[in-house]
Amino acid sequence: MNTASAAFDAQTSSQSRFMQLAMAALLGIFVIGFVGFSHMEVVHNAGHDYRHSMAFPCH
Amino acid sequence: MNIFRNVVFVAAIAGLLAGLVMTALQAYATVPLILEAETYESAGAGAAGHDHGEAAAGHSHDGAAAGHSHGGEAWAPADGFERSAYTALANIVTGIGFALLLVAVSEMAGGIANWRQGLFWGFAGFATFTLAPGLGLPPELPGMPAADLGARQVWWVATVAATAAGLALIALRRSAILAVIGVAVIVAPHIVGAPQPASHDTAVPAELHHSFVVAVTLTSLVFWLLLGAVAGALRGRFFAGTRAPQGSLA
Repeated sequence: MNTASAAFDAQTSSQSRFMQLAMAALLGIFVIGFVGFSHMEVVHNAGHDYRHSMAFPCH
Repeated sequence: MNIFRNVVFVAAIAGLLAGLVMTALQAYATVPLILEAETYESAGAGAAGHDHGEAAAGHSHDGAAAGHSHGGEAWAPADGFERSAYTALANIVTGIGFALLLVAVSEMAGGIANWRQGLFWGFAGFATFTLAPGLGLPPELPGMPAADLGARQVWWVATVAATAAGLALIALRRSAILAVIGVAVIVAPHIVGAPQPASHDTAVPAELHHSFVVAVTLTSLVFWLLLGAVAGALRGRFFAGTRAPQGSLA
């Protein structure tokens, strides 16, 4: 993951490309997990209607 | 970090749009049913106030002593605007989270070429995150009995992971054997079976629950199709250097 400029975009090595995509996917999983699966009471209460509406296992 | 940045841009826009639309859909289709169910819930819970699930102790989130009681010591948004605002926030934030996953995984498979291909990717997301876990753990209304939360979360996550892997084997590999394995992986969690409560008795009417299951499933479908289509439409603007191989999917 170097700081390649746009000119190097096309040549970004496939390994670096995969790592960046994996990081983006992990970030997404973290966000969903925090909002949808947190056992913290405050997060749960704030997202209560959302969790039910998305059929996440809630209480 | 250009690829990472591009994924985040596309995901942020797609997630924001789909999350806003989802909030509007939920406000009409699902939230009124949740509020109605809560009236049965508080009627059945008696003096305990807003008590979710079976009255038995042990059904608690953080290992606190008594059952699971909302609105006690922990903060909760006030009903009305504040509560809706947090629902909107949760929709947008997780919309971006789902979009990050969708865009990152689709880029690994070559990228979404256009909005129509995006619909197929969106449908895959719907099958993975709504249909498959919903077969074993249908959307629940407040006040409905359910098995242990941790066990359900484990089953939910395992089912989502298995369905995603199975769909990838079927759609992204051109091999009959891998397709068969993919089907087996998708079916497996349902043979194991989702954790179920000891009793399904509830004060919530069956018609209300049925309406809720339909509303949740359809709003999720619209959310995912929109998410995929927007991500597919935006991709060309942000990934100009890394064209999607045409015809890789759909």
